[in-house]
Amino acid sequence: MIGTLDSRVPPGPLETKWSNYKDHARLVSPTNRRKFEVIVVGSGLAGGSAASSLGEMGYHVKCFCYQDSPRRAHSIAAQGGINAAKNYQNDGDSVFRLFYDTIKGGDFRSREANVYRLAEVSNLIIDQCVEQGVPFAREYGGLLANRSFGGAQVSRTFYARGQTGQQLLLGAYQGLCRQIAAGTVEMYPETEMLDLVLVDGHAKGIITRSLITGQIQAHSADAVVLATGGYGNVFYLSTNARGCNVTATYRAYKKGALFANPCYTQIHPTCIPVSGKHQSKLTLMSESLRNDGRVWVPKKTHDTRKPSEIPEAERDYYLERKYPSFGNLAPRDISSRSAKEVCDEGRGVGETGRGVFLDFQDAIARLGEETIRERYGNLFDIYEKITGEDAYHRPMRIYPAVHYTMGGLWVDYNLMSNIPGLHVIGEANFSDHGANRLGASALMQGLADGYFVLPYTLPIYLAGQLGKRPAVDHPEFKKAESEVRARVERMLNVKGKRSIDSFHRELGLLLWDKCGMARNAAGLREALNRIPELREEFWNNISIPGSGAEFNQTLERGGRVADFLEFGELMCTDALERDESCGGHFREEHQTPDGEALRNDADFASVFAWEYQGNGAMAAPKLHREPLSFDTVELAQRSYK
Amino acid sequence: MNFKLRVWRQAGAVKGRLVNYEATGISPNTSFLEMLDIVNERLAVKGEDPIAFESDCREGICGTCCLTINGEAHGPDHPGAACQLYMRRFKDGATITVEPFRARPFKFIKDLVVDRSALDRIVQAGGFVAARAGSAPEANSIPIAKHKADLAMEAAACIGCGACAAACPNASAMLFTSAKVSHLALLPQGHPQRTDRVLKMVQAMDAEGFGNCSNFYECEAVCPAEISASFIAKLNREYEIATVRKRAGM
Repeated sequence: MIGTLDSRVPPGPLETKWSNYKDHARLVSPTNRRKFEVIVVGSGLAGGSAASSLGEMGYHVKCFCYQDSPRRAHSIAAQGGINAAKNYQNDGDSVFRLFYDTIKGGDFRSREANVYRLAEVSNLIIDQCVEQGVPFAREYGGLLANRSFGGAQVSRTFYARGQTGQQLLLGAYQGLCRQIAAGTVEMYPETEMLDLVLVDGHAKGIITRSLITGQIQAHSADAVVLATGGYGNVFYLSTNARGCNVTATYRAYKKGALFANPCYTQIHPTCIPVSGKHQSKLTLMSESLRNDGRVWVPKKTHDTRKPSEIPEAERDYYLERKYPSFGNLAPRDISSRSAKEVCDEGRGVGETGRGVFLDFQDAIARLGEETIRERYGNLFDIYEKITGEDAYHRPMRIYPAVHYTMGGLWVDYNLMSNIPGLHVIGEANFSDHGANRLGASALMQGLADGYFVLPYTLPIYLAGQLGKRPAVDHPEFKKAESEVRARVERMLNVKGKRSIDSFHRELGLLLWDKCGMARNAAGLREALNRIPELREEFWNNISIPGSGAEFNQTLERGGRVADFLEFGELMCTDALERDESCGGHFREEHQTPDGEALRNDADFASVFAWEYQGNGAMAAPKLHREPLSFDTVELAQRSYK
Repeated sequence: MNFKLRVWRQAGAVKGRLVNYEATGISPNTSFLEMLDIVNERLAVKGEDPIAFESDCREGICGTCCLTINGEAHGPDHPGAACQLYMRRFKDGATITVEPFRARPFKFIKDLVVDRSALDRIVQAGGFVAARAGSAPEANSIPIAKHKADLAMEAAACIGCGACAAACPNASAMLFTSAKVSHLALLPQGHPQRTDRVLKMVQAMDAEGFGNCSNFYECEAVCPAEISASFIAKLNREYEIATVRKRAGM
């Protein structure tokens, strides 16, 4: 059904591809725009900026989110900042440098043309956000301030305290509010997309369920945009919000959209460790703490002494030992894996043994408590709220946690999936971060897609679609609607004995163990055997009280966990097939003698895009490869020594 | 730890009531919402209707959670949202009363879930800068004094949870509204629409049925984002100036 994957990257030199492409792209005239309806699912940085931009241009937009207000999408939780190649610091930054850092940070597994375009529009994003009133940090002269972030040698990160995501999202949300008031955007909060509707092979609508009333409804449109975020919650515990889920993209996958690189997940090294089975989510502690904190574990295994009672000679500062030149500032993936290693050896700390110390004692002795308080006071406060421990007087405990997913639905240069009309933006697509995302790049990509890419590329599709919007009584809508209803009924009728969360937790632990920071073929095969059993039990033993025609949060979660139980298998299949290490995907079989990720460019410099083959039952998905060609950058082994 | 919960249960328009639940075997490191998760998981397995409550980020920034705990919006651990409250804050064996945010403009949905879309409509009335993507000038073309930008950020930090209105005896949303009006009035980008914005937002606030500020400052006390009540003074000032300007046809 699918031929070769056409990335539709325009010809010409890298630097002028996007501008030439825009110059010749098809347009929709202002009078015709109001005849088009566009569905945008998700209201985070990508969805919110896309919906408001398209509304402003004159399209009629329907925007959906599961939260009670579009202002609450999980983009709001991003702390650090947003990158742009403004070179305000006069330190040699440029569009090319941002492009190169992003490609290299992604371990050479992303498309050159997409990443270059991202770097190119980064500057426009800062202009746009300042104009909206985003209160970025400023210097005393009144100009914008920057800070540096991992993976770059320049200061290019713009920030608003530790709440950059919040302020950028509120900027997009306020733009969206303006369009809602103007009537160009119709907002559907507390509404979840449960299926994609295809008419003659084109994405022409969705089926939704109101989380308040349970009403299942069909919506038709001329095009569908998914901006539904990542799938980190497949691991149960992650830094994602509770509601984040894979349902929209996974249901699109089941309708024929290709899912690309699902095994690429980012695991952040500095999070507050899991404290027990009750835990519902994990909280990130900014990576900046590693500038002054020293990471260590006891040399002895199962050492239960208080940290203050462990003498210097019996501590292992393992990052400093293993990576003398980078020390505690070793890159994210290396730091995460090293923490796992020492805990696997039985040297982890805390009640669960899954934690390492991040110790500020030396920094406090050197700089004084006051300086540390000024630099990190808010983080120490958050830490104390969650753990009840005072990190000024005893070391913090940290452990890696799932944070972001680089994989997502496959899209071409226009951000359109292989299904005509289905566009995918933000974290939900796979496109710009390769196998590892650099800090402060997620916000950049979300807003680039929504403000500056989709408004140019969506009309290319729409221009040929005037008058082709089906009515919601089209048989395809009726069919999809009844499938959705049947699925809800089936779930409610199991009336078993196990809670939804118990399945989610079990799946999460399995994936964390077999498809987390380090993977190997045997472990992945084990997971691939276990997941179908778990899924089988789920469909025979879940307990969901209440009905589908009401506010029913257990039912909501049930639908999401059911999709995670299928998606987890796809993730492991991809991780097994990608028989190399790259970025966040570390296959233990493929490492250098020093334990670094060992890429295999000859066989794996390509995107893995999976096609659903199941017909009711699960069948092995079909692999399509999009070769990645590197015409501008030279493939190199990342080195941290 | 063990707790006795008195939880507000209400479905639809029928008047709700407080129902007793036991939360047993709770670790002190459990968050308040995780404690409710545990109670709910036990209810669901027994086939009983779990307690409806909303939450999302669970780190105090999204503003979704909206619980009144022992009579205080977001509970006893200020500043912070209910999701940042941990059970070690309570005495073992304590009785804890859990209710939704109550304010007339917040319509009941179920149990501890209320509809706060009234706050969205206040922003829709004018809480924005009309800035079309693609037409913005170079970001550094308008310098903004650091102290002004910092003050704007303090106002912009509002998470939109509605605790201010829930805590206020008059159900006033003036802290919420003043935060947005002040944030945009403090920045030059917000100036062209300054007059119109404050008039429309206050009008929307009144139309939704929120009351006026009568200087209790309960809002400031419970605000998880530590928004200062002095912004309410700024809102009043902005409103007065705008009224005069409007009357004068300026």
